[in-house]
Amino acid sequence: MARRVGICAVAQTTYEPDKWTERFQGMALEVIESIQAQTGVDFSAGRGIGMSINVSDDIFDARTISDNAMTDVLGAHFGCEEKVAQEGIQAIYYGLAAIQSGHVDVVLVVGHCKESQGKSRNRVTHVAFDPFYTRPVGLDFCAAAGLQAQAFMDQSGLTEEQLAAVVVRSRENALKNDRLPAVEPVTVEEVLNSPMLADPIRRLHAYPVSDGAVGMLLVAEERVNEFSDTPVWITGVGNSMDSFFLGDRDLASNDALKQAARRAYRRAGIADPKTAFDVVEVSDLYAYQQPMWLEGLGICDTGKGGLTASTRGHCKPVINPSGGTLAGNPMILGGLVRAAEASLQLMGKANGHQVEKAATALAHGVMGPAGQFHSVVTLARA
Amino acid sequence: MGKQRVAIVGTGQTFHKSHRPDVNGQELINEAVGRALVDADLTIRDIDAIVIGNMDHFEGINYVDCWSVDGSGGFMKPVIKLTTGGTTGSTLAIGGYHMVASGLFDRVLVIGWEKNSESDTTGAITTAFDPVWDRLVFAGAISGLAAEAQAYMARYSATDRDGARVSVRDRKHACNNPYTQLRKEVTVDEVLASPMLADPIHLLDVCPRSDGACAVIMAGEHIAEKITATPDWIWATANRHTYTYLGDANFGRLDSLAAASREIYAKAGIREPAKEIGVIELYQPYSFAGIMWIEDLGLTGYGQGAEFVWSGATDMDGEIPINPSGGVIACNPIGATGLIRCAEAALQIMGKAEGHQVPDVDLALSTGFGGCFWSDILLHGRRKPDF
Repeated sequence: MARRVGICAVAQTTYEPDKWTERFQGMALEVIESIQAQTGVDFSAGRGIGMSINVSDDIFDARTISDNAMTDVLGAHFGCEEKVAQEGIQAIYYGLAAIQSGHVDVVLVVGHCKESQGKSRNRVTHVAFDPFYTRPVGLDFCAAAGLQAQAFMDQSGLTEEQLAAVVVRSRENALKNDRLPAVEPVTVEEVLNSPMLADPIRRLHAYPVSDGAVGMLLVAEERVNEFSDTPVWITGVGNSMDSFFLGDRDLASNDALKQAARRAYRRAGIADPKTAFDVVEVSDLYAYQQPMWLEGLGICDTGKGGLTASTRGHCKPVINPSGGTLAGNPMILGGLVRAAEASLQLMGKANGHQVEKAATALAHGVMGPAGQFHSVVTLARA
Repeated sequence: MGKQRVAIVGTGQTFHKSHRPDVNGQELINEAVGRALVDADLTIRDIDAIVIGNMDHFEGINYVDCWSVDGSGGFMKPVIKLTTGGTTGSTLAIGGYHMVASGLFDRVLVIGWEKNSESDTTGAITTAFDPVWDRLVFAGAISGLAAEAQAYMARYSATDRDGARVSVRDRKHACNNPYTQLRKEVTVDEVLASPMLADPIHLLDVCPRSDGACAVIMAGEHIAEKITATPDWIWATANRHTYTYLGDANFGRLDSLAAASREIYAKAGIREPAKEIGVIELYQPYSFAGIMWIEDLGLTGYGQGAEFVWSGATDMDGEIPINPSGGVIACNPIGATGLIRCAEAALQIMGKAEGHQVPDVDLALSTGFGGCFWSDILLHGRRKPDF
């Protein structure tokens, strides 16, 4: 068995629609200084941070090699620095591999994004499509999500009212989360009447434009006690990539998510996901995704996602106590924030939105058009 | 204490060209992937996970890990995307190594690619640097390199003939590699007579822009020996990334390479690199680096690199041949370039380099260069490492 890896600290800036007073380096610095203050970790050779993993999006940052702008902040001066250019939860996967390969003991993960810097985040996801077949029809991630939402609602019987309830509950949870100061409560009425973005996705079904940074410290089993009294073990990881072209996929199928979850559960030795977790944090960029991903993860039965997501008490775990991505995290950090929030729950440090006696958790991340690429990380309190 | 040792068991490259209008990016990637699978006698079903990367701005496609799946073979597989600029290829190789060494996977396909013909390379690279302090004076890739070469020449009295000698070597070597792009011998005088791009760098001193892809298959210890009788064992990896601001760099010395190589030598117990290492695939984007950076690698003392190169020690039949493949000066599909160095070092160890094979290579070194004077290194061995 490879050695276990613990999350010893997490830190987040607030997430806000426009942090115009901060450069992204400044946001990341706030995160790193918090992690240092919590753990006493430094960059000293052999003892401190052995590898820094940056998570950023070159297109959102409008810089190629966007980690080039981060090395100073990441303490990577003549150190080992890497960049994961995917949804941020992959950095946990990669950090885990680097520790389990025996090469480093302490890994710093820091992701940042300022979605507010682009004229439109839809322009950023528009260029994720191929230039010949799918860009000319105007696809972006929101439009692709609309197609998937149509397919899923058709198949599952998910209703507009259930979607509205998901949004209302997400906001209620988010109001207790001090990392989301800009969130305001909404009513079912307001959601049902909000403008249509990509039928059936309404404006209030979509996560808001968000700026922020998040980080965590991953440490090898033998050394976690140097940095934390409340480490959280990474018990399983899994990811899976579906086809790229939407026409090649059954958009309502959850195939990739099921595969990713299976991989994580197998590593974690989880037989029944319905009973395995106290807290589940899913990346719901759009409201329909929360019920859909819960079905794919096996947290509830197929066809029961709408009921599970829109009402409390229909499944064992507490779903998205942080408010979820729907309440406002940058897209490329969605899964990394989910893992950070799940870790806070297991550390007992989630403050206003703490779930009592949380001992096990699942964090989920998603990237690509209409949920092409899913990642699952399972966590347990030490 | 990794969970398992790691070896390269197959490699594949495209025939790199200045532009490939006949294929799109996915198809370009697929050519390299297909050749690597054939080389290892595996099918895509045998692959457990994929590590892929390029430079996102170049082709103007975001989230290429998602977009490229039809070419990479990543359908329903775990995929990790790593990109660090010029070092992307070597970052990918190191990433693939961790994925296998950790025991997470037994067979990992590593893919680096770039279609530079679809990009404004210098326009994109300019954006890597600080918009206020660096972009205005250090636009693109070549200006920082020219400043480095100038600083070195001033410090050690090197000349542009010394640089040209390196270019002559690599371009000669390239003639033996059917996969590389520029295969034409040149003379020192021809290099010096070619147009000046950024003093002292002439056109023939510097790398071209290329379309190309490279794929490398890595396998865990017990599987590697079943796949091939001649696995290329990865002995050690090192990564040293440094500055954010170009103005901070110690121009004329590649300190990151010096530090990374010392980490490698310490891990492998190498005391005299020029004697113990059989061949080097150096990520050397322009000729003068072939003098300066071999000093940073410790092959010679400071200021003695030019003499070492002129002596023929780094030629094909020399003491320590450098860039038998022709190196980066012969082709540079950026996101693939570092991985091509790794693949070429693997070919030398596996004895598969055909026309540019160096005889009896026991240890080979491959490097990556990029970002803001960053360096990565992998050490490859014919023998299984005993540590």
